[in-house]
Amino acid sequence: MKIQFQLNGRPVQAEIQPDTILLDLVRKLGCRSVKRGCETSNCGLCTVWMDEKPVLSCSVLAARAEGRRITTLEGLEKEAGEAGRYLAEEGGEQCGFCSPGFLMNVLAMDRELHSPDEEAIKEYLAGNLCRCSGYMSQLRAVKKYLNRRKEG
Amino acid sequence: MGEKKYVGAPVVKKDAASLVGGRPVYTEDLAPEGCLVVKVLRSPHAHALIQRIDCGEARKMPGIACILTWEDVPGKRFTMAGQTYPEPSPYDRLILEQRVRFVGDAVAIVAGESSQAVEKAMKRIKVTYQVLEPVLDFRKAKDHRILVHPEDNWESRVPVGADNRRNLCASGVDEEGDVDSILASCAYKVEQTYHVKANQQAMMETFRAYSYLDTYGRLNMVASTQVPFHVRRILAHALDIPKSKIRVIKPRIGGGFGAKQTVVAEVYPAIVTWLTGKPAQIIYSRYESQIASSPRHEMEIRVRLGCDAEGSLKAIDVYTLSNTGAYGEHGPTTVGLSGHKSIPLYRTEAFRFAYDVVYTNRMSAGAYRGYGATQGIFAVESAVNELADQMHMDPVAFREKNMVRQGDVMPAYYGERAMSCTLDQCMEKAAEMIGWKEKFPCRDMGNGKVRGVGAAMAMQGSAISGVDVGSVAMKINDDGFYTLMVGCSDMGTGCDTILAQIAADCMNCDLEDIVVHGTDTDISPYDSGSYASSTTYLTGMAVVKACESLREQILKKAAQYLSCDAGELEFDGRRVRQLHGDKEISLKDIGNQIMCNNQDALSAWESHTSPISPPPFMVGMAEVEVDKETGEVELIDYVAVVDCGTVINPNLARVQTEGGIGQGIGMALYEDVTYTDKGQMLENSFMQYKLPTRQDVGKIRVEFAPSYEPSGPFGAKSIGEIVINTPSPAIASAVYHATGVQVRELPITPEKLCRGMHPEWFGEGNSN
Repeated sequence: MKIQFQLNGRPVQAEIQPDTILLDLVRKLGCRSVKRGCETSNCGLCTVWMDEKPVLSCSVLAARAEGRRITTLEGLEKEAGEAGRYLAEEGGEQCGFCSPGFLMNVLAMDRELHSPDEEAIKEYLAGNLCRCSGYMSQLRAVKKYLNRRKEG
Repeated sequence: MGEKKYVGAPVVKKDAASLVGGRPVYTEDLAPEGCLVVKVLRSPHAHALIQRIDCGEARKMPGIACILTWEDVPGKRFTMAGQTYPEPSPYDRLILEQRVRFVGDAVAIVAGESSQAVEKAMKRIKVTYQVLEPVLDFRKAKDHRILVHPEDNWESRVPVGADNRRNLCASGVDEEGDVDSILASCAYKVEQTYHVKANQQAMMETFRAYSYLDTYGRLNMVASTQVPFHVRRILAHALDIPKSKIRVIKPRIGGGFGAKQTVVAEVYPAIVTWLTGKPAQIIYSRYESQIASSPRHEMEIRVRLGCDAEGSLKAIDVYTLSNTGAYGEHGPTTVGLSGHKSIPLYRTEAFRFAYDVVYTNRMSAGAYRGYGATQGIFAVESAVNELADQMHMDPVAFREKNMVRQGDVMPAYYGERAMSCTLDQCMEKAAEMIGWKEKFPCRDMGNGKVRGVGAAMAMQGSAISGVDVGSVAMKINDDGFYTLMVGCSDMGTGCDTILAQIAADCMNCDLEDIVVHGTDTDISPYDSGSYASSTTYLTGMAVVKACESLREQILKKAAQYLSCDAGELEFDGRRVRQLHGDKEISLKDIGNQIMCNNQDALSAWESHTSPISPPPFMVGMAEVEVDKETGEVELIDYVAVVDCGTVINPNLARVQTEGGIGQGIGMALYEDVTYTDKGQMLENSFMQYKLPTRQDVGKIRVEFAPSYEPSGPFGAKSIGEIVINTPSPAIASAVYHATGVQVRELPITPEKLCRGMHPEWFGEGNSN
């Protein structure tokens, strides 16, 4: 079957099978930032936005993208670069495999929550697993990123 | 060594922008279009013989390129353990075999044009098994009537006490002094048994590799591995082809933690490419990574230790029973650390360390950060905590009285002397950070919850003494920038950057002037790989040596160009100039001039090996809150103070520590491994195998107490592994102080605590 949707702001057409998973489709379309860490929607690595809301692309059928706006890290280069810099300055990216999915949720949180406290940050990002960092450097980076405007 | 500009600075990793930018730098991202998809059909039985395997129908399915069974693979046994040759691990593997030895063991390799085609074909393969009785209980495996490896061509190439006729992968004893009589005279004694499960490394990027034939018909393998040079050798053994026919390239790796020190997945695409000539790729599912990989060795450790009435520790006796599962990867070596890296934490008059490593029909174990030390330290540190509790002595004070100190000879650590050790400072600082004096042993919060604190010490090594080889090659290019070719494997830890920091300070140049080239076995100098906490310490020293050599060559070349004697010159990193005169030449000019009319390659190849393995040390302290009703444990605070020698990059060292502690917290509280009575592992996805989330790790606070290790680069030791060792014993002790229940089998679950706190609920008379 054929579907049409927006991928990172550009209209795309794709030929898919009824059981094609969104994760596999966006990777096939060149968005290699999107990673698979599990197959059971537990790790958060495959996070993309569907109409600006984070979804786990391993658990979304590609067919559901029909007519929607899908955004991956490739479509948020400037923002992701800035948030990513805060992470790198803490040494928090480590192996980097979970970074794209993590940053997709950090950027979504930045839009959705107003001045979240530590508990709210942890709760929002709880679905993003990281095996390298122990999460502390990520928390330091996220707090600094969220406060970037205050710091000027 | 030059001035310290980068060593000690929180330099951002050289590959950071690619990693946070989601660039396609990992194995799967780089695989060429049109790779055959390779999958493995796996055994549903823990022990069976394949009587018949009918692939006729499957081979005819559309899109299928190749199906291989035990009849199609070479018959020479090898080991998948990424270790220096000759490997201590027994040669007990074939790529495929008629006998399958655990639920998940490989039965057939299927390669085709798409996942769907391969999966359909796998369903059409008809296997008839003769199901055999398995050996599932590792306590009964030694000298069991059923043998896991009855085959005649099983081979142990190193004398490690292995005997396949007894289900023994290794066995041995090491001792000094009369442990039994000293223990008999002790005023206080503990004798307990501790059990650590086969935890999964669970790096976010599962096992994966792809292969293709190059212009010269050689097998090229791009693999997510910590040990590229060992992969080359192991593939040569497995495929029974010359090593010269193989090239291994390591891209960025999505985490390893030791898992990728075993060649778990590479053989499958390799044999497909070798036989079909086509590029082939395997990507393990998380399910496969959970059930058929290389987890921690399950160990049951009996500890006996005792002290006099004043609390002087007199003797430690450790017996470790280690379960290597179906194959012996890292079996003979991990077990050694369970005693050799736990007992030397203390000054004692005598010690004994004995061990057996047994084969069972479980998933094969491998290397996991800590490598046996983690298991041993959980046991010994728990026993020390129990001993201090028994005599009503503060466990911190007990340790201050008995811990190893700088200058001590450590008999249980191969007689090495601790030349750099600030364990005492680590203890003092950690106690202060957590508020030990105010909080020990516990505080009732008045709401049904109790908070307790617990402490533990740890050590590890820095590279394998007299075995590991760290190497780099370094050359000067035009305009005077350097290329640093490394043979180790950055798996996210940042060693590419750390080695560049060392090189930049040695050459007195900017970090940007050092280009790091990661491992390609055709190009890089031989390095045993990134494991055993070796890279900073060992490969770092190779960098120091290479820089020394390069500086000499620069002076010599400058002398030629300036028509003077090299002894008259000094090199400041930018220019070579006469000490007493006007002649000078820039490095840029030297770099450009050597490309014309020149017979000297300005390059250095250096290897380094170390006769000693200086231990890093650390102290970890946990504060937990336990719900007395439900047994739920909340980790409130975890503090750690680490002596890793000189801290080369404080950010990366801190994140290593926080990350190791995070993994250790998972091991202590959440990550269980259980089996059905048929030997099937139940925690086969992240639904069941619960990695800690950011809501489960409390607050982790890390400080350093740097010593100076004379044999390391700029005084550095290691940090990669030690950091996973303290959470289990520290948390177990904190929980005991809160509840009076000592959990000796990980993980510490609410159920175990409830059983201990409320035995009457379970119809049990005594606790734990």
